[in-house]
Amino acid sequence: MIPALATLLVFQLLGEALVFALAAPVPGPVVGLALLLLVLVLRPAWLQAIKPTAQTLLQHLSLLFVPAGVGVMLHLQRLGDEALAIGVALVLSTLVGLASAALTMAWLMKRVAPAPQPVDGEQP
Amino acid sequence: MNPVLPAAAERLADVWVYLATTPLLGLTITLLVYQGAFMLYQRSGFHPLANPVAMAVVALGTLLWATGTPYATYFEGAQFVHFLLGPATVALAVPLFEQLARLKRLWLPMLGSLVVGTLAATVTAIGVGWVLGASKATLASLAPKSVTTPVAMGIAEKIGGLPSLTAVLVVCTGIVGAASARFLFDALRITDPTVRGFALGTAAHGIGTARAFQVSQEMGAFAGLAMGLSALFSALALPLVAGLLLRWV
Repeated sequence: MIPALATLLVFQLLGEALVFALAAPVPGPVVGLALLLLVLVLRPAWLQAIKPTAQTLLQHLSLLFVPAGVGVMLHLQRLGDEALAIGVALVLSTLVGLASAALTMAWLMKRVAPAPQPVDGEQP
Repeated sequence: MNPVLPAAAERLADVWVYLATTPLLGLTITLLVYQGAFMLYQRSGFHPLANPVAMAVVALGTLLWATGTPYATYFEGAQFVHFLLGPATVALAVPLFEQLARLKRLWLPMLGSLVVGTLAATVTAIGVGWVLGASKATLASLAPKSVTTPVAMGIAEKIGGLPSLTAVLVVCTGIVGAASARFLFDALRITDPTVRGFALGTAAHGIGTARAFQVSQEMGAFAGLAMGLSALFSALALPLVAGLLLRWV
């Protein structure tokens, strides 16, 4: 677990350092993700070492959003004043985002990447 | 009146005030309350409407409000949980790597989905908010709300929003997306778990991804991929697109 955690932190650190050095507009952890993915492609043997820890972290991903969510108490005034606009905009745009992303992908998959035949054992 | 009781209550309040100044309390109550919320979620058969983040946020917010504990004090402890968002983002490389063969086959549908979904969500958020009379700072805070927290906060700052408000709106968006996705996809007859996962990660970032992992590893991998790609794409495109829109309104 410790080597895996250290690996994740090292890649995050590399990501943060690269982003800072290049003044890139992307977040460090996302660059770290890309770098780790690259290393896994080059050295697939690394997978077994980090997989259990990575899975544990990702299984509890929703916990990690709780502290930021509790920050709602700092904004009750504004949220109350603009409740209707914020609420409607938030719900509608989330639904529109979900639906448009799903419909676009389903439509493009039919056109350019037909699903493999069920013969190869893959469930649709 | 028994003088012992108020004295005991006062002593208890003293203990709370003392503990509240240490990071231990914020960290402990975050884990305890989340565990409780997660047990309720489990008891509900992982029903999308029993979102554990929403329940935990409401319970913790009420607790802090009732005890008069400032958010900054709470965050002293909760920051250790918050910090793990970084390593967890890096950890997404693992499910991505395991789905690599299918990712290669589906890169074009995914790219299209990502661009359309992200832009549609942003334009709708700004447009609807503007029609309903939201202030400019609120609109700028709403614009990046489909992106994962650290990226969204950075974008909000760039386009004149309030980063800490954006963090809250990001979490709310994730909860709305995670709670509504099953019903919406069923209504639209979207059954493919790769499409369901990818759309959920595009529109509802990490909380959508967490929800997707609770449904299946496959759906989670595609949600995680969408979340990572959307963070990249949004960090590059949203300051431009949202900045232009905000200049018009």
